[in-house]
Amino acid sequence: MARTVKAIVISGNGTNCEDAVAHACRLVGATADIVHISELLGGRVKLEDYHFLHLVGGFLDGDDLGSAKAGANRLLHARVAGDVEPLATRMKEFIAAGKLVMGVCNGFQLLVKMGLLPAIDGHFEQTCTLTNNDHGRFENRWSWLKVDSDSPCVYTKGLNGLYLPIRHGEGKFVTDCPETLHQLENDHLTVLKYADRDLHPTLEFPDNPNGSQNAIAGICDPTGRVFGLMPHPEAFTHRTHHPRWTRETLPDEGMGLLLYRNAINFIKKELL
Amino acid sequence: MTWRIVVGLKKNVKDARGERVRREIIDHLNIDLPKVQTLDVYTVDATLSSTEVEQVAAGPFTDPVIQEYAINQPLASDFDMLIEVGFRPGVTDNTGRTAGEAIQYLTGRPFATGEAVYTSTQYLFSGLTDKRVAEEIAANFLANGLIQYWTILSRDELDPQVGVPVTVPKVVSDKAPTVRSLSLQISDEELLDISRQGMLALNLNEMHKIKNHIADPQVVAERQKVGLGDQLTDVELEALAQTWSEHCKHKIFSAKIEYEDENGNFQLIDSLFKTYIVGATEKVRENLGDKDFCLSVFKDNAGVIEFNRDWSIVFKVETHNSPSALDPYGGALTGIVGVNRDGMGTGMGARLIFNTDVFCFASPFLDKELPPRLLHPRRIFEGVVEGVEHGGNKSGIPTINGSLVFDDRFAGKPLVYCGTAALMPRLLNGQPCHEKEVLVGDHIVMTGGKIGKDGIHGATFSSEELHAGSPVTAVQIGDPITQRKMFDFLLIARDRGLYNSITDNGAGGLSSSVGEMAEDTGGFELHLDRAPLKYPGLQPWEILISEAQERMTLAVPADKLDAFIGLATEMDVEATDLGIFTDSGYFHCLYEGETVSYLSMDFVHEGVPQLVIPAKWEPKKLQEPDFAQPADLTDELQQLLSRLNICSKESVVRRYDHEVQAGTVIKPLVGVANDGPSDAAVFRPLLDSFEGVVVAHGLCPNYSDIDTYHMMACAIDEGLRNYVAVGGDIDHVAGLDNFCWCDPVESAKTPDGRYKAAQLVRANQALYDYCVAYSVPLISGKDSMKNDYQIGDNKISIPPTVLFSVIGKIDDVCKAVSMDVKQPGDRVYLLGTTSDELGGSEYYARHGELGSQVPQVDAEQALLRYQTLNRAQQQGLIASCHDLSDGGLGVALAESAFAGGFGIQTELSYVDVAAPVREDKLLFSESQSRLLVTVRAEDEESFETLFAGQSCCCIGQVITQPELIINGLHGQSLIKVPIENLKQAWQAPLREM
Repeated sequence: MARTVKAIVISGNGTNCEDAVAHACRLVGATADIVHISELLGGRVKLEDYHFLHLVGGFLDGDDLGSAKAGANRLLHARVAGDVEPLATRMKEFIAAGKLVMGVCNGFQLLVKMGLLPAIDGHFEQTCTLTNNDHGRFENRWSWLKVDSDSPCVYTKGLNGLYLPIRHGEGKFVTDCPETLHQLENDHLTVLKYADRDLHPTLEFPDNPNGSQNAIAGICDPTGRVFGLMPHPEAFTHRTHHPRWTRETLPDEGMGLLLYRNAINFIKKELL
Repeated sequence: MTWRIVVGLKKNVKDARGERVRREIIDHLNIDLPKVQTLDVYTVDATLSSTEVEQVAAGPFTDPVIQEYAINQPLASDFDMLIEVGFRPGVTDNTGRTAGEAIQYLTGRPFATGEAVYTSTQYLFSGLTDKRVAEEIAANFLANGLIQYWTILSRDELDPQVGVPVTVPKVVSDKAPTVRSLSLQISDEELLDISRQGMLALNLNEMHKIKNHIADPQVVAERQKVGLGDQLTDVELEALAQTWSEHCKHKIFSAKIEYEDENGNFQLIDSLFKTYIVGATEKVRENLGDKDFCLSVFKDNAGVIEFNRDWSIVFKVETHNSPSALDPYGGALTGIVGVNRDGMGTGMGARLIFNTDVFCFASPFLDKELPPRLLHPRRIFEGVVEGVEHGGNKSGIPTINGSLVFDDRFAGKPLVYCGTAALMPRLLNGQPCHEKEVLVGDHIVMTGGKIGKDGIHGATFSSEELHAGSPVTAVQIGDPITQRKMFDFLLIARDRGLYNSITDNGAGGLSSSVGEMAEDTGGFELHLDRAPLKYPGLQPWEILISEAQERMTLAVPADKLDAFIGLATEMDVEATDLGIFTDSGYFHCLYEGETVSYLSMDFVHEGVPQLVIPAKWEPKKLQEPDFAQPADLTDELQQLLSRLNICSKESVVRRYDHEVQAGTVIKPLVGVANDGPSDAAVFRPLLDSFEGVVVAHGLCPNYSDIDTYHMMACAIDEGLRNYVAVGGDIDHVAGLDNFCWCDPVESAKTPDGRYKAAQLVRANQALYDYCVAYSVPLISGKDSMKNDYQIGDNKISIPPTVLFSVIGKIDDVCKAVSMDVKQPGDRVYLLGTTSDELGGSEYYARHGELGSQVPQVDAEQALLRYQTLNRAQQQGLIASCHDLSDGGLGVALAESAFAGGFGIQTELSYVDVAAPVREDKLLFSESQSRLLVTVRAEDEESFETLFAGQSCCCIGQVITQPELIINGLHGQSLIKVPIENLKQAWQAPLREM
C-alpha cells in the first residue's frame, strides 16, 4: 500500500469552494474526495477513513441566521444514519486522533460557531465569533497577512507572510471577553493577522478589510492541527491567480499551496 | 402557540448593519439621525415546549459571543422610535425557511402542516420622534410596500411586557380550487375586458383567434370527449396568454415589418429575428465552414459553442427590467438566479462558471420629483446591486464582467442584464451533452422549490409598460441556496443518466416548461393537483402559470423514476412526479382527475397571429455643436473622468465575489493598486488546464439618439475590442444580443411607433452586417420590448439599448494582457484612425450637446487589426492594451497610466487622422476600433513589423514621473497633471455607493 494522505472535502447546502480546495490538496500530493454532506449523514462515508478534513468557503444555508450558524446547528444536531451520535462528535474524535482540520472562510466560521476553534483548554464551547465587516458589506480584495512564527500551527511552519484574497461579509473576528483574546495571543494561537505591505498588523481599512480585533485573520487550536482562516489559500495556487501577475515576476506556484504542503508533510510524518 | 424571539447585539458590540442603515438614510432621504440599532425577530408559529424555544433562541438563533435574546418580550431599549419591517403573506422568506429547518434539526421533529417561522427586522432610532418622518423612512427606504409591511411605535407605545404585537403573515385562504368556464362568443369590447381585467395582455386579434378556435365544431366535439365543451376554461385562457405573450413568443421580433427608408424605398421584412439574427448566424457558419464552432444556437435556453475537444461553453444573458422597477432587490436577485437556470437547463445541464451583469440606471444623484410608482434611482441602484450580490455570491458563481451605464431616461425603467456562462462535457454517456429529447412515456418531474402565487403574470406583465395597476404578484424573491442544492443534485443525476431532458421554469412556469418540452413528443398529461404548494388555496390556473422560483422540469424515464426521486430526497431536494409526456397532440391538464385544459399543441404553439408593424426611417436633422476649444483641457479631462459613465465602479465590483472557483485570471480590477478598469475578463474553467474563456460586452445607447444602425455597429465593435484587448481569440468568438426597446408599435399611446420601429430595423440591419463582416455567430439572445413608463400623460421611454455580449477563448491564459502600463520606457502606440466623430460622445454630453457625427465602424480594417493584435499577444509583444471608448484617447491614456502607477508622455501630432481634427476632439473623439498599446522598447521593431501597412502610431512613452503629459499639435503643452489627481477624479463619484 502506498502511503497516501487522504483528504475529505465536505460539500453541500451552499458550499462553493470544494473543487478549488480538492485541487489544492491534489497539487501537493494528497488524494482528495469531495463528499456531499448527505453521504456522511447517510453513514456511507466515514470521517475516520481520512486524515485531513476540509470545511470550505460558501454560504451554508445562505448564512441566513448569521454566517454558518444554521450549518453549525445541523452538524451539532442532525443524526447520522446508523449512529447514535451527531456528526460533531465524530469530528471531535477525528481531532482527538491527531488528524488535521482546516476551515476556510465559511468553514472557519463553522469551526468557531461549533466551538471547535479555538477550543482553548480542550473546551468545545464557542468563545469567539466572526461577524459583520465593520463597513457592513461583502468585500472581495487581496490582503497581506503576517504569520506568527511562534504559533503551534502546523500549516504555517517556516512562513512569515502571505498574500491571499478575502471574500466575505462576516469576517470581523471578535472574542467573548478580553481574557480569551489575551490567552489566544499569549498562546500564539492568532496565527494570521491582516497587515500592511510591510507586514505590520493593522486595524486600518482596507488593509484590515473587516475591523477584526487585533487584526486577527486566522487562528488555530492549541494542538496547531485545527486551523481556521478567512482568506482563501485555495484561490492562490498558481501565479495567474495573483491580481498583478501580468506585471510582477512571480514563481509559478502560488503562496496558498504552502499551507497545504505543510499540512501534508505533517501528516506524512506523524500519521502515516 | 406563537413565539416571538427577538435577537440583538450585546451592549458595546458595534452594530455595523445599523450604522450602514443610518448612513444610507442620510444619503437617500437626507435625514441625519444620531443612532440606528437593528434587531432580528423570529415569529415561530409552531408547537414547541418552552424548553425547546429556549434552546432554539440560545442555539441557532443567537451568537452567544455578541448577541442576546428575549422571548415573548421586548429587547429594545434606549431608542425613541421603533420600526419593524416584515414580509407580507406569501412573500419568500429565506431566513424564515432556514430558521424553520434549524428548529426541526434541533427538536428532531418535523413541522406539522402550516407550521412555519416568519422573520422581521426591528430598527430602533434615536433622535426620531415625528411619526410622519418615521413613516417616510419606512415607506421610502426600509421597506417596499409591495412585499413588506411595517409597524411604527414610539417609545411610549411599546408595551414593556409583550413588545411589538405579534403578526403572523400566514397565507390564509378558504377558497376551494375551482375552474371557471368562459364563453367567448361575446362582443369585442367584452373580449378586451377579459384580457385587461385578467392581466392577459392579449390583443383583439389574438382574442378573436381564440374565440374562433373554440367555436370550431370539430374542436368542440373533441373537447366533449374529455368532459369540456364550447367554453374555454380559465386554465386554458391563462395558458394561452402566457404562451402567446410578447415575453415568450417575441411577437415584435417575429412580426411582419413594413419598412420604409429615408429615400422612400419599401421593404417587407418577415421576422427581424429570422431575417437578421438567425440569418447572420447561418451566413457566418456557412463562411466558417469546417471551422464552425457553434454547437447549439437559438433552440435551447442558452447557446452552446465548442471550448475544446472535451468541453463546450454555454452562454446566456437575460433582462429582468420590469420586476426590478417594482422591487429592485427581488427583481435583480431573481434575474441572476433565473439566468443561472438557463445555463443549467441547456442541453442535458451544465456547471455554471461565471456571471456577468450590466445595469442601466438614471443618476443615483437625480434631484427631481419622480412620477408615481417610480422608485428613486438611488434605491434602484442599491437594491439591484444587492440583489445581484446575494444571487451571485450565495450561488458560488463569480461575477467577472459588467458595467453601469447612466441616462436619466432609465428612471422610467431600469435595465438589469444578467448573464451566465456554464461548462458542459461535449459527450455525456456517449451522447452529445448539448442535445436532449423527451420520449413518449417519460414522466414530468418538477424539482426545486414549491409553487406559490409569486410571479403570477410575470410574463404578461413584462409584456406591458409599467402602469398604475402593475401586479404585485409579479414580484418575487429568489432563493439561491435552494437552487444551489438543486443544481448539486441535478449534476449528479445528469452524470448518472437519470433523465432524458431538462428545462427551467421561468416565465410562464409549468405552462411554458412542460408545453415546450412536450413539443418533442406532441402532447402531455399534467396533474396540477400533484404539485407541491407553499400554502393552500391556489387555483389550478395559478399552479400552471406561477413563476415561483428555483424550479426545473425534467423528463424522467419510468425505469429511472425511483432512482431520480430517491437521490433527490437524500440530497434534500424537492422532486415530484406530475404526469407523463404523450403523443396525444394535446396540452392536457387535469385537476383531481378532471380535465381542466384540452388544447391542441399546434394551436397553443403555432396559433398566435403574426403582428404587422409599420416602420418609417427619417433621419433626425441634427447639427454639430459650435463651441470653441476650451482653454483648460486638463480640467475637461478630469471632468470627463468624473462622469458617471466613465468613473470607477470599484465600490460595486468589490461587493461581487469575482474570484470564487479560483478561475479568474484577468480580474475586473487590475494594476499596481488592484483598482484599474479591466476591459474584459479571462476565466480558467478547468483547474488543471490553462485554456481560458474570455468574456466582454459593448453597449452604447448614447448613439441611438443619432442612428441606431451605428449604435449597434459600435456596440458590436466595443464588445470585440474589449475581448481582443485582453487576448481573446478573434477567430473563436460568439455574440449574444439583448435588445431593450421602448414600445415600437404605433398606437394612441405610442404615436411615434413608426420611428421607433424603424430604429429597431436599422439596429438589426447593422447586427447582420457587422456579425457577418466580423464572422461572429450569434448564439442566443433576448428582447425586452416594452420599456416605457406611462401613468396619465406622463411617459418616459428608455433610449433604444442593445447589450452585445461576446464570449470566446484564449488558448493559453498565461498570454493574457491587462490594461495597466507596466514600466517606464515602454512605447505607447495607438492602433486605429481618429476622426471627428463626437456625436453622442461623453465629451459632447458634458457640454450639453448631442452632435450629429456618430462614430462609424470599418469592420474590414478593424478585423485585420484585431487579428494582428492576437499575433502580437501570442508572441508576447504586448505589455498592456486598453480599448478606447467613452471619453476616447484622453480617458484611455489616463486610465492606463494611473492603473499602472507610471506617467505617460505623448504627442497629439503623432496621432493618425484621416483629416485634421481639433485638439480637444482628438483627445475625446470616440472613433471606434482603436486600442492603446504599450510595448517594451526591445520589442518595438517586431511589433511595428507586424503592424506594417496598418494604422499604428507610436505616440509617446511610459515615464517614471507620475504625470500625464500631453502635448498639442504644435508641440505646446496641452495637459500636464499628476496621475494621482486623475485617479482621484475618476474614483470620487461612486466611491461611497
